[in-house]
Amino acid sequence: MSGTTQSRKAPERGESTSPVVLELRDLHVFYGAIEALKGINLTVRRGEVVALLGANGAGKSTTLRTASGMIAPREGQVLLHGERVDGIKSHDLVRFGIGHVPEGRGVFPRMTVRENLQMGAYRFKSVDKDDLDRVFTLFPRLGERKSQLGGTLSGGEQQMLAIGRALMGKPEVLLLDEPSMGLAPLIVQQIFEIIKEINEQGTTVLLVEQNASQALRMADRGYVLETGSVAMEGGAAELLSDPRVRAAYLGEGAA
Amino acid sequence: MSMKTSTPAESSRNESMAPSAAARLRKVHWYQEPRWRRLGALLALAVTFTLMTGEEGTTRDLFLALREDFTGPGLWLWVGIAVLVWVVREFLSDQASGAAKWTKRTASGPFAAVREAWGSNASLRVGVLLAGLALAVFGPLGLERYWQQVLVDQIAIFVLLTIGLNVVIGWAGLLDLGFIAFFAIGAYSAAYWTGALPVQPPVVLNNFLVIPIAVATCLVAGVLLGAPVLRLRGDYLAIVTLGFHEIVYLMAKNAESVTEGVRGVKVERFSIDLGFFSYEWKLDPMPYYWVLIGFTVLALFLFLRLEHSKVGRAWTAIREDEVAAAATGVNTVRYKLMAFAIGASTSGVAGVAYASKVGYFNPENFAILLSILVLAYVVFGGMGSIPGVIFGAAFLVWLPEALREWVDPKDRYMYLGALLVVMMIYRPQGVLPSRRRKRELEMAEAGIGGADATGPAEGRQQ
Repeated sequence: MSGTTQSRKAPERGESTSPVVLELRDLHVFYGAIEALKGINLTVRRGEVVALLGANGAGKSTTLRTASGMIAPREGQVLLHGERVDGIKSHDLVRFGIGHVPEGRGVFPRMTVRENLQMGAYRFKSVDKDDLDRVFTLFPRLGERKSQLGGTLSGGEQQMLAIGRALMGKPEVLLLDEPSMGLAPLIVQQIFEIIKEINEQGTTVLLVEQNASQALRMADRGYVLETGSVAMEGGAAELLSDPRVRAAYLGEGAA
Repeated sequence: MSMKTSTPAESSRNESMAPSAAARLRKVHWYQEPRWRRLGALLALAVTFTLMTGEEGTTRDLFLALREDFTGPGLWLWVGIAVLVWVVREFLSDQASGAAKWTKRTASGPFAAVREAWGSNASLRVGVLLAGLALAVFGPLGLERYWQQVLVDQIAIFVLLTIGLNVVIGWAGLLDLGFIAFFAIGAYSAAYWTGALPVQPPVVLNNFLVIPIAVATCLVAGVLLGAPVLRLRGDYLAIVTLGFHEIVYLMAKNAESVTEGVRGVKVERFSIDLGFFSYEWKLDPMPYYWVLIGFTVLALFLFLRLEHSKVGRAWTAIREDEVAAAATGVNTVRYKLMAFAIGASTSGVAGVAYASKVGYFNPENFAILLSILVLAYVVFGGMGSIPGVIFGAAFLVWLPEALREWVDPKDRYMYLGALLVVMMIYRPQGVLPSRRRKRELEMAEAGIGGADATGPAEGRQQ
């Protein structure tokens, strides 16, 4: 795999000192009697791309869903700019600047691309024309398919639409749940490049990924989850070269 | 890929042995083709009809009656009709649609002019709407008393109910089978507040003043029922609402000290007394009709504004994908409750109007069948389309009444059922479908998403 996201900035960006936007403090989340998260601590600073890695069932999506208000933690806190937001429902949390692209994309299948994007701006009185143009510039393919129905788009286009729709809500932090799921490597690369671009335009990104190597190439920092706890954390480059990560998630050497 | 390139070994195997499992599974039997399946359904319908319209086993010997049914002309008549419907639909559909296209083309000149005038000339629009309204208001004056009666007691009431249910099912996608429960609550509210029940209200009110109270009561009932169960969707919600209907129905039937039970309630009719002006609604159906037209127009005005507002878009989003709707900032619970409560209160208004018109009702007037019928009207007309559901209700209520003159009155609803069956085979989107609903069905046929407006959208099941 060739490193396509070569626009790495100075490595010390990993130890960014910009203010913390999103912080998860000692999160415990249960599904019935099963403890899915066993005390997760995580910080996201302004302007960062943070990757959340781990095997199936490690608790990545649960972490993201808790951050976006879809699940309320039994213990622990979710802090947005230092203020507690856990327990706020996801539809209200959208107003605080959290944009969530749920797992499996979830575009509205029988709305056109444009209607889908308009729904993304639901929290505003009217649709911001500039935002719409911005999405169509980021994703020219969506611009070509404005009046096509969401359900008839290809998987990659649906992912683009889901991200575009989240952007229409002018999020400060974008939570992405496995944007690469079920997509061809080439499309994944494209989408990751666009995510990087969105980040450079000023949106902070928290990203859940199975595809560890590509995610880490793009991210500033990463967290590796194992069975509901943070097993490792650090700068992306650092994690990428860590032998344990390479063994477990990049398919190198014996697992 | 060509089949000719198979190796000699393969071809010899194919010749010598039975077809492989895959080949057998791939083979489509002729009777599995949709066309022949539809014929099968229509023929089954024809046989059923022969049985139902033929000799009756209760009046004559059962087996004699059966034999009469299948030896007489009835069978051939029904089979003929079934085959004719099938042939026209399957083989002459090109010609039929060609004729439709030709008509469209030749008429497109004048039509386009009309459409353009409609689009550009606001006063024309208002004029046509007013003319239509005037026709709806004064036209029935020319009808016979019997049809006026049908128009008020049934068509007008059911149109109002259907418009209400359309909000719940057509727009928000919540399958509500207990809709008539709210109709009953409205009717019993009217009885209670006008002092017709064994329990006396704190103040006896005029029927018209009961309407806001009934709306409020149904809103509260709708929210009380809705709040705990709206996490459910589709089939589950349908069962819960069905249960709710049974609770209301059985309470009306069995709580005799409150509701008079099966003896029924006698309610005063509408009246106005403003001191300087007073009027009483008596036996003439038309004054009731005008009241109902008033309610319907008011409801239409409010609902049409909702449809294209943020609320309407939120309902569409919820119907399509609840998780995604929540992720874009739609408060799903609130909007579902809202749809439920709006539907319930419309039903309540219809209940008050019904009670104040008929003057007497009992729990049997709120049987579960009515909930199903109202649902059928919505589906028949076209879920989510206001003109569609109004037409659906008006036509399907009118049909059994009109059939009274043609067929054995006992059989009328059978024809209604048959119409619904044929309709669902050939035009599942309804007579005048909404644009969105049409899309849903087209996409379902192409394998994207379900045709079931009330189920979860595809790919979101967890």
